[in-house]
Amino acid sequence: MKVMAAQRWNFWGGIITALTLVWAVLWAFPLYWGVISSLKPDDEVVRPYIELWPQTPTLENYISAVTTTQIGAWYVNSVAVAVGVTVITIFISTLCGYAISQLRFPGRIALWWLILASFMVPISALIINHFVLVANLGLINSWAGIMLPQLIHPVIIIVYKQFFDQVPKDFREAAVMDNASEFGILFKIYMPMNWGVTTALSIVCFIWTWNAFLWPFLSVTRTEMMTITVGITQVNDAFGVYYARQLSAAVLAGLPVALAYLFFQRRVTEAITLSAGIKG
Amino acid sequence: MLRNSRTERLVALVLVAPFLAIYLLAFVYPTVQMFRISFTDAPLIGAGQWVGLDNYLRLDNDPMFRRALWNTAYFVLMTVVPGTLIALLIALGVSRLKGRFQSIVLALFFLPYILPVSVVYLIWDWTLNFQFGIAMHVLDWLGIPRVPVFKSRVWFLPAVAGVTIWWTAGFSILLFLAGLRSIPAEIYEAAALDNSTRWTTFRRITWPLLWPVTSLVFTIQLILQLKIFDQVYLFSIGGRPNDNMVLVYYVFQKAFQQNQGGRAAAVAVTLFMLVVVVSVLQFQLLRFAERRRR
Repeated sequence: MKVMAAQRWNFWGGIITALTLVWAVLWAFPLYWGVISSLKPDDEVVRPYIELWPQTPTLENYISAVTTTQIGAWYVNSVAVAVGVTVITIFISTLCGYAISQLRFPGRIALWWLILASFMVPISALIINHFVLVANLGLINSWAGIMLPQLIHPVIIIVYKQFFDQVPKDFREAAVMDNASEFGILFKIYMPMNWGVTTALSIVCFIWTWNAFLWPFLSVTRTEMMTITVGITQVNDAFGVYYARQLSAAVLAGLPVALAYLFFQRRVTEAITLSAGIKG
Repeated sequence: MLRNSRTERLVALVLVAPFLAIYLLAFVYPTVQMFRISFTDAPLIGAGQWVGLDNYLRLDNDPMFRRALWNTAYFVLMTVVPGTLIALLIALGVSRLKGRFQSIVLALFFLPYILPVSVVYLIWDWTLNFQFGIAMHVLDWLGIPRVPVFKSRVWFLPAVAGVTIWWTAGFSILLFLAGLRSIPAEIYEAAALDNSTRWTTFRRITWPLLWPVTSLVFTIQLILQLKIFDQVYLFSIGGRPNDNMVLVYYVFQKAFQQNQGGRAAAVAVTLFMLVVVVSVLQFQLLRFAERRRR
C-alpha cells in the first residue's frame, strides 16, 4: 500500500509540474510575441497567420522609433528622474530610519505615526493638490516636478528601521566608548552592515520610479520632457499606427527594468517581499 | 550607559530634517489642501468660495460618480479574488520545483510585474488587436467570432482585469512563495507518513498555515486595485472613457479636463477614506500575523 501511495504521488506530482511549465510558457508568451513582432518588417507584422519567428529579422522598427520620436530625450528624462528619486529617497530614509531606530528624542512617536499614516494614504488621491503645489512652485515640465511627489516611499524607512533595530547593541556601545560621532556610527557601522538591503531597496526604488505612470503623465505637457513610460503611449502618427514601431519603443522602455530584474533577481525579489511586510 | 541627551536630540533633528521637509511639503500639505478645497468651488488652480458640504451632497445624485464607484467595485471584484487564487495556484506549482529551474520558471511568471504599465498596455493592445492580434487568430481557429475587446462595453473591464492579473500576479506569487517556504518540512513529512492525500494535506496544513499571507495578499491587492487608473486610461484611448469610468479617472476628469478642483477633491476624499479604512484593516492583520509568529 505504501508503495502504491508513493507512486500515485509521483504520477500526479509529474502532471502538476508539467502543467506549471506549460502555464509558465503561455504566461510569458505575450512578452515573446511583442519582442518578435518588433523585429518583423511591416508587411510581415500584419500577415493573417501566426509566424513564431520573423522570416527576415530587421531592426528597422527600432531605427524608426529612435529617429522619428523623441525617445532619446525620454530616456534621458527617465534615467534622471529614476536616479534622482532613488538617491534622495534612500538618503532621507536611511537618516530617518536610523534616528527612529537608535536615538531617543522628543517627537519620535509622532514621527513614526506620520510614516505609518503616509504608508496608508493613497498617493493617487493627492494628484490634484500635487499638481497645484508643483504648478505654484513653477515645476511643471521639469525633472524636479516629476520627482517631488514620488519621494514619498515610507515603506523604505520602515524596512531600514527594522534592519537597524536588528544590529546588536554592542557595536553601538563600543563605538560610543570610542567617542565616535552619531554620523560616524551610521556611516561606518550601520550602513556597511546593511549594504545588501540598501542595494535591494535602491534597485526596486529605481524600478518603481521608472515604471510610474500617473504622476509623470499629469506633470508634463511638453513632449520632450516626458518620461519614456508616458512618451511611448502619447505619440501616434497622423496616418495610422505603426504597430511594430510602437512595440519596439515598448521593448526599449521595458529593457532597463527587465535587465535590472534579470541581473539582480534575488535582490529584487528580496526587496519586494520586504516592502510587503514579510521577512523572506 | 550615560548618554548626552542634548547632543542626541540635536543629531536626531539633523537626521530627521530632510525627511520632515519633504514629507511636510509633498504629503502633509497636499493632504490638508485636498480636504480644504473639497469644501469649496475652486477650479484646478486658484481660490474658490466656501460651499460647505455641497460637493459631497452632489455626489449622491451624480450618475457618473455612481458609475465610477460601481465600475471600481466591479473591477476590484474581478481582479482581487481571481488574482489571489491564480497566484496561489502558480505559487504551489512553482514551489515544487528546485534550484535554478525554479528561478527560471518563477522569472517567466514574474517578468510582467517588473514592466511599466505602458509596455503592458502596448503588448496586450497588440495581442488582442481586432485586425492583426494573435489572440484573434486563435479565436478564428476555434471558430469563435472576433471581439473588439477594448471597444466593447461588455468586455472592456473584464479584459483590463485579466491584463491586470497577468501584470501583477508576480508580486502575489512572490509573497505566497515566501509563505510556503516558512511552513516547516517536518509537518509535510508527518502528513506523508500518515498517508494523507494531496488534497487533505493542502486543506489541513497548507491553507490554514498560509492564511496570514493570503489575507495580506488579498488586502494589498484590494488597496492597489481601488486606485486603478493607468490601465483603464490607456486602454480607453480612442475608445469610450465615460463608459469605463473609475474613481481615480473621475478625479482626473473633473480636475484636469473640466477644471473643477473642488468637486474633484470631494471624489478624491471619498477614495482616500475607502483606502484608509482598508489599510487600517491590513495594518491590524499584519500586527496579528506578527504576533502569531512569535
